[in-house]
Amino acid sequence: MNNNITSTTALIDETTQGERRRSAYWFGNAEGIHHPFWVIVSKEISDQLRSWRFIILVSIILLTCIGSMYTAVTNIGHSVKASDVSTTFFFLKLFTVSDGTMPSFFVFISFLGPLLGISLGFDAINSEYNRGTLSRVLAQPIHRDYLLNAKFVAALTVISVLFFALGFLVIGLGLITIGIPPTAEEFWRMIAFLILSIFYVAFWLNLSILFSVRFKQPATAALAGIAVWLFLTVFYPLIVNLIMKSLAPAQMAMASPKQLFDLEELRLTLMRILPNQLFSDATTTLLMPTVRSLGPLTMEQVYGTIPGPLPLGQSILLVWPQVTGLIAATIVCFVLSYVSFMKKEIRSR
Amino acid sequence: MDEHIIELVHLTKKYGAFTAVDDLNLTIQKGEIFGLLGPNGAGKSTTILMMLGLTEPTSGIAKVCGINSTTNPIEVKRRVGYLPEDVGFYDQRTGFENLMFTAGLNGIPKEKAAEQATLLLEKVGLMDSFHKKTGKYSRGMRQRLGLADVLIKNPEVIILDEPTSGIDPKGVREFLNLIVELSRGQGLTVLFASHNLHQVQEVCDRVGIFVNGKLLGQGNIKTLSQQLFKDRPYVLYVDIQRPVANGKTESVSLDEVSRLLQPVETISSISIQDHLFCIESSSDVTSQVATLIVQSGFTMLSLNKKEYGLDEIYYQYFEGGTNHE
Repeated sequence: MNNNITSTTALIDETTQGERRRSAYWFGNAEGIHHPFWVIVSKEISDQLRSWRFIILVSIILLTCIGSMYTAVTNIGHSVKASDVSTTFFFLKLFTVSDGTMPSFFVFISFLGPLLGISLGFDAINSEYNRGTLSRVLAQPIHRDYLLNAKFVAALTVISVLFFALGFLVIGLGLITIGIPPTAEEFWRMIAFLILSIFYVAFWLNLSILFSVRFKQPATAALAGIAVWLFLTVFYPLIVNLIMKSLAPAQMAMASPKQLFDLEELRLTLMRILPNQLFSDATTTLLMPTVRSLGPLTMEQVYGTIPGPLPLGQSILLVWPQVTGLIAATIVCFVLSYVSFMKKEIRSR
Repeated sequence: MDEHIIELVHLTKKYGAFTAVDDLNLTIQKGEIFGLLGPNGAGKSTTILMMLGLTEPTSGIAKVCGINSTTNPIEVKRRVGYLPEDVGFYDQRTGFENLMFTAGLNGIPKEKAAEQATLLLEKVGLMDSFHKKTGKYSRGMRQRLGLADVLIKNPEVIILDEPTSGIDPKGVREFLNLIVELSRGQGLTVLFASHNLHQVQEVCDRVGIFVNGKLLGQGNIKTLSQQLFKDRPYVLYVDIQRPVANGKTESVSLDEVSRLLQPVETISSISIQDHLFCIESSSDVTSQVATLIVQSGFTMLSLNKKEYGLDEIYYQYFEGGTNHE
């Protein structure tokens, strides 16, 4: 009996110790042990940072940023008029001003973001398979989804660090050149813009991870990702334009305002399937506080409004559907790749 | 030593209409080296994947160290080291870094892992390539690093899937010696899946013949041949001569031998092959035949009982079986 009690207490002791050890374990660094998940994440991050592809991408992005900053700084003087109500948001112009020869910062991000996302993810799973490391890693005592999640977390960390670094560099450079510090609201708008950009790139990252699970050859996966990107940025708007032309009344002047309004609404709905449209809608609103609506407005709606910028909360409220849509698209891609990876049979090459 | 460390019960895996593994029953004892011998596409790898919980069986149970691999694969993978066929490493990293990564996944503290990795690299003879990136390793070196990678988690069981394919004969010998040494020295259980008969014969205590998803027989080579050839006639090769003067002998005719051996009822046929009498019988008649010959006054120069070795087994089943590759 006595023996029994001691063994039970010993058991309890062991389990509590086990629990304690496990909880310390997840956050890592207890006696130099890291949770396997973070072991994979740190390996993936260092792999990304050491790869040529990342160096090339970062140099492209840095060059374009410097270019757009240069045009912004040289043109910022012309764009500000004394009577302009938006002069209060002078600093945000750094991200949006352009003289027409060189696109502005946020246009660059919306253009290069997909490229960054696709190139960080297109060989996530299939290269592991082709190298013969997949079956070896999965034979270790880890859950299968650790690998996929770790790849996603690692790439997202790299993107986040990169974007925040870029954003703060732009802010710093702006401070030095124009000498006016940003207001608190401007600062939060910029942070919101950076977070939004990260979500946008995360969408493309997940899409390319999905392709990397589906296609065995990294080249095929990369091509599929680029094809989707080209389709969405070049061909889809063309198709929408064609549809709109066929729907438009023969004589525009004869059309009723209601008809025109509906047509414009339809065009916007069709365009808002595009992640890049969602992104540019959202960023425009965030970086230009004077934007009050993303759809057509009737005279009645505008009547009596005082021209002025929206507060940050209202701007965010305005783009909330866009942000939700973007996150939803990201999650859909992730779920698809998750399911197809979990169902995949892991064989040696 | 009667501990079942691997237990497969009615294990079945189907891919659509194709049955890769068909109602497999197998137990492996602790500390033995078991050879899973079968041609390409026999279902060896599929069986191994099911043991590791990397693929789900259609029906049946796979248990390793008493743990169900399908429902609790993490615990199984903690105890089992698996060396896949044609193992790969992260090319941009050194052998040492690759080992450290595996150790990290197994929750081994850094300092201990570094110590162990160095020890293992020395054991598998890769100390010279300590700081060399694995992208520059040869096939044989990769395979040896694979063995170190399997051992760093200090497993109870190691599963090797065609570990010697693509290595030169000298490398194969070294590799096999290493496995035997490890198994004997540390009491490791080894499952060695291969299509190479001679390597399996060389190192394994017990062998299972696996063709088209079915285990045709298991045991050491002797019991295996009895199992597989129990319906086959016993065959004796006897050299019978008639003694003449000066210790010389002359040959005996087939008729005489037939007449002589008539009392033995189980003999089905007698023929001459290469000057030897080939006696086929449904039971073991070696001693009866020997007694009769000696009593009759003939000289018996040799008497051989035909043994079925792995070679016969191999040709019988592998060549006959369909290859899926």
